[in-house]
Amino acid sequence: MIDKSTLTLTEALSQIKDGATIMIGGFGTAGQPAELIDGLIELGIKELVIVNNNAGNGDYGLAKLLKTGAVRKIICSFPRQSDSWVFDELYRAGKIELELVPQGNLACRIQAAGMGLGAVFTPTGFGTLLAEGKETRHIEGKDYVLEYPIKADFALIKAHQGDRWGNLVYNKSARNFGPIMAMAADITIAQVSELVELGQLDPEHIITPGIFVQHVVAVDAANGTGA
Amino acid sequence: MSYQKLSRDQIAERVAQDIPDGAYVNLGIGLPTKISNYLPADKDVFLHSENGLLAFGPPPAKGEEDPELINAGKEYVTMLTGGSFFHHGDSFAMMRGGHLDIAVLGAFQVAANGDLANWHTGAADAIPAVGGAMDLAVGAKKVFITTDHNTKQGEPKIVETLSYPATGLKCVDRIYTDLCVIDVTQDGLKVIEKVDGLSFAELQALTGAKLIDATQG
Repeated sequence: MIDKSTLTLTEALSQIKDGATIMIGGFGTAGQPAELIDGLIELGIKELVIVNNNAGNGDYGLAKLLKTGAVRKIICSFPRQSDSWVFDELYRAGKIELELVPQGNLACRIQAAGMGLGAVFTPTGFGTLLAEGKETRHIEGKDYVLEYPIKADFALIKAHQGDRWGNLVYNKSARNFGPIMAMAADITIAQVSELVELGQLDPEHIITPGIFVQHVVAVDAANGTGA
Repeated sequence: MSYQKLSRDQIAERVAQDIPDGAYVNLGIGLPTKISNYLPADKDVFLHSENGLLAFGPPPAKGEEDPELINAGKEYVTMLTGGSFFHHGDSFAMMRGGHLDIAVLGAFQVAANGDLANWHTGAADAIPAVGGAMDLAVGAKKVFITTDHNTKQGEPKIVETLSYPATGLKCVDRIYTDLCVIDVTQDGLKVIEKVDGLSFAELQALTGAKLIDATQG
């Protein structure tokens, strides 16, 4: 019997080692797997490469992880926000490397990895600083930039409900990068607000099929502890 | 003669008049977001947000905010009946794949050929952030720009060639400023409307690129 929900949050995370590339879901704080990030901080591992849309908000979640100095490099589209002071300080001090990627290219590069594509030609960014030095091609009257897939060792994502096979459904705009990151990582750990019985999720409504998910961890939304 | 500049709300109201019934529209952060306040109730306009919302609605009532229902500006929103959620891959398929009818964006500069700069000042100490701006610039069927005609220091924002780093090349279709409405065409920048009391010569003097007078009367 396959049950992807047997490991505790800490057990699931303890597979992650120094130097890992980790995708973390979320757009701002919507869909950010805060409990998984807290667990990652407790591991005390270093030299991480993080893939996220942003670079943390306030002093919690991803920002808290950055603050520990555990992150060597971040790949994101929108680091600068009104409450991104943790990243801002690290960046200005030269303590973190930034790879800035237009948001749609971030999405399609993650998708390319998940779909097994070698690269994609995207029109986004053509003729801009973010395409400097990259291969380009003119196809049927339009200009494109060659962008390579972004793969990860781990994806940490947040879903609303999951079952023991790893099938997931999300909540509103917290879905964002979750489904595509789940496809692009060797090991995807999903924290869910509710672990449901197999069969409770309507096959027509499952957003992420369990094949893309290796571990499901139920998190009590009320007190934030791993089940 | 003296003239009155349009307020930010007046610019938003003017853009709203050009958004047709049934349009799929992405409104950028800031002034463009205000356009939603002026969309007539008898039109179905589908507002898209890059973080996975189609047909979202106004902010929720106090106390009903949901941290997992936000727009691209990370403000609380609601969903209209018939609205939908989707992941980032699909959201950027809508944006990059030419499915959005109109994107309305802000600008640091727009060049005479429709090049747009709105993501980075290029200053050495600036932390760059781009978000979905480059995808919208190249992907939407029409790109509308809302902007002040000049910077606070009086510098023109409509210029012959960009001095700021580009967001997209030859992507702007129409510019709405606090002084005028300009169509970006093969023939050049055509002024189709301007505020009362402002002469074409005065407008040209405030602009960093050559304008063509296409106003009616």
